[in-house]
Amino acid sequence: MSESRRWRWSNLYLIAVFAIMYAPIFYLMAYSFNSGGTMHGYDGFTLDWYREVFADTRLLIIVLNTLVIALLSGLLSTVLGVLGALAIHEARRRRTKNALLSFNNVLIVSPDVIIGASFLILFTMIGIRLGFVSVLLAHIAFSVPIVVLMVLPKLQEMSPTLIDAARDLGASRWQVLTGVVLPFIKPGIFAGFFMALTYSLDDFAVTFFVTGNGFSTLSVEIYSRARQGISLSINALSTLIFLFTMLLVAGYYFLTRRSGTGAQAAAGRGGAARGAAKEGTP
Amino acid sequence: MSARSRNLFLVPYTLWIVLFVAAPIALIAYRSLFDVEGALTLDNYARFFTPVYLRMTVSSFWYALLITLFSLLVAYPAAWALTRAKHKQLWLLLIILPTWINLLLKVYAFLGIFGTYGSVNQLLELVGIGTQQILFTDFSFVFVSVYIFIPFMILPIFNALEELNPSLVFAARDLGASAWTTFAKVVFPLTIDGVKAGCQAVFIPALSLFMITRLVAGNRVITLGTAIEQHFLVTQDWGMGSTIAVFLILVMVAIMFAAGQRKGVIR
Amino acid sequence: MKSLIRSFAAILVVALGCLYLTSWLNSSQGYSGANTLTIYNWGDYIDPELLEEFQEETGITVIYQTFDSNEAMMTKIQQGGTTYDVAMPSEYAIDKMKQEGLLLPIDHARLPNLKHIDERFLDLRFDPGNGYSVPYFWGTVGIVYNPELVPDGLVFDSWDDLWDPRLGNGLMLVDGAREVIGFGLNSLGYSLNDTNEAHLQEALAKLQKLTPNVKAIVGDEIKMLLANEEATAGVVWSGDAAEIMDENDKLDYVIPKEGSNVWFDNMVIPRTARNLDGAYRFMDFMLEPEHAARNAEYVGYSTPNKDAVPLLPEEIRSDERFYPPPQLTSRLEVYDNLGKRMLSHYNELFLEFKMHRK
Repeated sequence: MSESRRWRWSNLYLIAVFAIMYAPIFYLMAYSFNSGGTMHGYDGFTLDWYREVFADTRLLIIVLNTLVIALLSGLLSTVLGVLGALAIHEARRRRTKNALLSFNNVLIVSPDVIIGASFLILFTMIGIRLGFVSVLLAHIAFSVPIVVLMVLPKLQEMSPTLIDAARDLGASRWQVLTGVVLPFIKPGIFAGFFMALTYSLDDFAVTFFVTGNGFSTLSVEIYSRARQGISLSINALSTLIFLFTMLLVAGYYFLTRRSGTGAQAAAGRGGAARGAAKEGTP
Repeated sequence: MSARSRNLFLVPYTLWIVLFVAAPIALIAYRSLFDVEGALTLDNYARFFTPVYLRMTVSSFWYALLITLFSLLVAYPAAWALTRAKHKQLWLLLIILPTWINLLLKVYAFLGIFGTYGSVNQLLELVGIGTQQILFTDFSFVFVSVYIFIPFMILPIFNALEELNPSLVFAARDLGASAWTTFAKVVFPLTIDGVKAGCQAVFIPALSLFMITRLVAGNRVITLGTAIEQHFLVTQDWGMGSTIAVFLILVMVAIMFAAGQRKGVIR
Repeated sequence: MKSLIRSFAAILVVALGCLYLTSWLNSSQGYSGANTLTIYNWGDYIDPELLEEFQEETGITVIYQTFDSNEAMMTKIQQGGTTYDVAMPSEYAIDKMKQEGLLLPIDHARLPNLKHIDERFLDLRFDPGNGYSVPYFWGTVGIVYNPELVPDGLVFDSWDDLWDPRLGNGLMLVDGAREVIGFGLNSLGYSLNDTNEAHLQEALAKLQKLTPNVKAIVGDEIKMLLANEEATAGVVWSGDAAEIMDENDKLDYVIPKEGSNVWFDNMVIPRTARNLDGAYRFMDFMLEPEHAARNAEYVGYSTPNKDAVPLLPEEIRSDERFYPPPQLTSRLEVYDNLGKRMLSHYNELFLEFKMHRK
């Protein structure tokens, strides 16, 4: 009896937290149907803002740009991050390991403003033209550490005997890597890619610093449009994006549940923090 | 694996570290030694220790502390409730999902919700409390910041709770410990690593918040992040901006050490 | 391993597909052709119909990009790697950009329509002889207020009215160090270009007494907030005031009698320009009185084009709040470039003001 009551209380609390988490999002979505033109006073229902979104070629280009940057930076930073995690894992000396990890964590804890400003100085010095390439490089750069943090705990979980066994059976180094290590850490790799994607899609400050020449991503565009007074077409666009990500998440959830990797991937960010913590404790 | 293969893994990763971590930090440190007119000087550091910046530092720390504390108070029970929910992985994804909606848009929504004629005030009016000033107060600033950081606090705590062996809790209860004693003596100490990770994930970014100090707090709260943004984008005093950045990097390193072991943190 | 490679290949294919689609869209819109002109302007600061007409008339494809602060714009132009053909900075930025060699000189012979600009707005201190800039819009800094909410007797004809205790937390300020310190100085009878430390400290002390009345210090959101009646009064640029009053006609705008700032946004050709011919054609197109008038009507700012003013509707051109008579303009000052060190000092004073709690 008391057990079930507690259960209800905990669920009630969870529902309250969710209500607050989603309140501003639903607020935005509700006003995307407002014919009044502002997020202030509801005048009536309209789909005009959605029509405006689809008629705006520049906006569509920007959405595509954002996707390309997210996917490519996710892919490349995953490759780099997996290599990094392997490098850290294989490092023999504790000091090397700790030094590598500290460097890894610097970008994660640095405020976006600092990252953006320092990358701007950097790209200027190297002479990289601001635009697609500079944004892509910046996104790869700040996504690598999160991938490392996602992959490391999986590497740690792997028992050394597994590799020894494979070596004893005569597998080459390459075969051990592709046949044993990578399949084992696959959930970590996917989680890393997933997080890199999130970071890239979410980033505003860094992109704002390093973009130029007509290249723009969604968050930068939203920023400059929102500053001129909010156009509800931005609300409509975010509603569409939200629904799209909802679909992705649902799909991802059911796919990974089927293959049984959902738990690790979903516990993404938290798992990473914990994994790195483990790395530091002998 | 042998030294040779290790070196191979290290090459691209080290290259990344040198280019995108070491070089930017070095550039920031180097920049902090120059004043606005490009002369080599330590003036920026002297300026940092004037009352203006010291007060700013103190207030940044104070607000970051408040934000971390409230996030923890909200997140711990939420994480606990999550571990007990059905379909918890799905719920967890749903906690991450709001972080994908552009931060600025959510903040603009809060402007509408908290405004003088916004939804909250309409509600207050309805229940007879009357219109309150919510926007541009310390309350709204802390509330929106906590709102933004909650997922980053929930996740590590959730993971720590998940790892907790439930039989330990049952054992404590069987031995006659009250619910509170069980929590204080068993559950909390065992999840302290998750709590620490979460606190770091919130505290450091909270020190350098800059967008919502203007939008939600109406610039009545000034953090070190605000000052950095101002110096880089408005006064173009990159030297002073870099000096504050150097200070923040030092704080960050100190926190990483103070937490006992070197812990990874999620921004 | 196989599934890893498969997923990565799939992601790569999707990304490349998107990339191809983008470039196809870009070229179908003419964004990547050779005959393009990149304009770098403030957001929503031109009549889009004029852009279309310009494209039809000249066959040049316009790429319109926006910035939200002079500083952000300068940073982008300064560090190179960009190809803007025309930009619209404010006057103090032009002085700086000139000193740093970021601008190309303007050949007046290629701008026959320059003759339409009012002499009052030519040959100003920030750019003698208009060697590098052509006026685009101008305006002032003043107070927007809501007569229905304001306590009796306050008409804000003086900056001191802002200090009226009856306003009680009803004031919003624009987030600009020059603007706020500037009206602090003005209210004491000093110039808003004052660099005398005693005067600046006096202004700061006076501004800190204003704190109980200040509800918020915000950026561009001030337009939305004031139009939504979140505050009784606000210190804003006249252009913003026009937009606010367009949204909410209850509000009014005044320029206080002690004097204020007059600002100019100007067309310039950045060092990075590629399509010089297009840049001149565009600037001349915008100087055409008919086009300037339409642009002024759309944007709501004051045009410096004397032959465009008569083409404006009566209610706009006779509005003394936006086209103030000469006796009023004589009390307005242009911001001088005070140098980076002084600007930094202004900013620190402003930070100190923001941190002050009553």
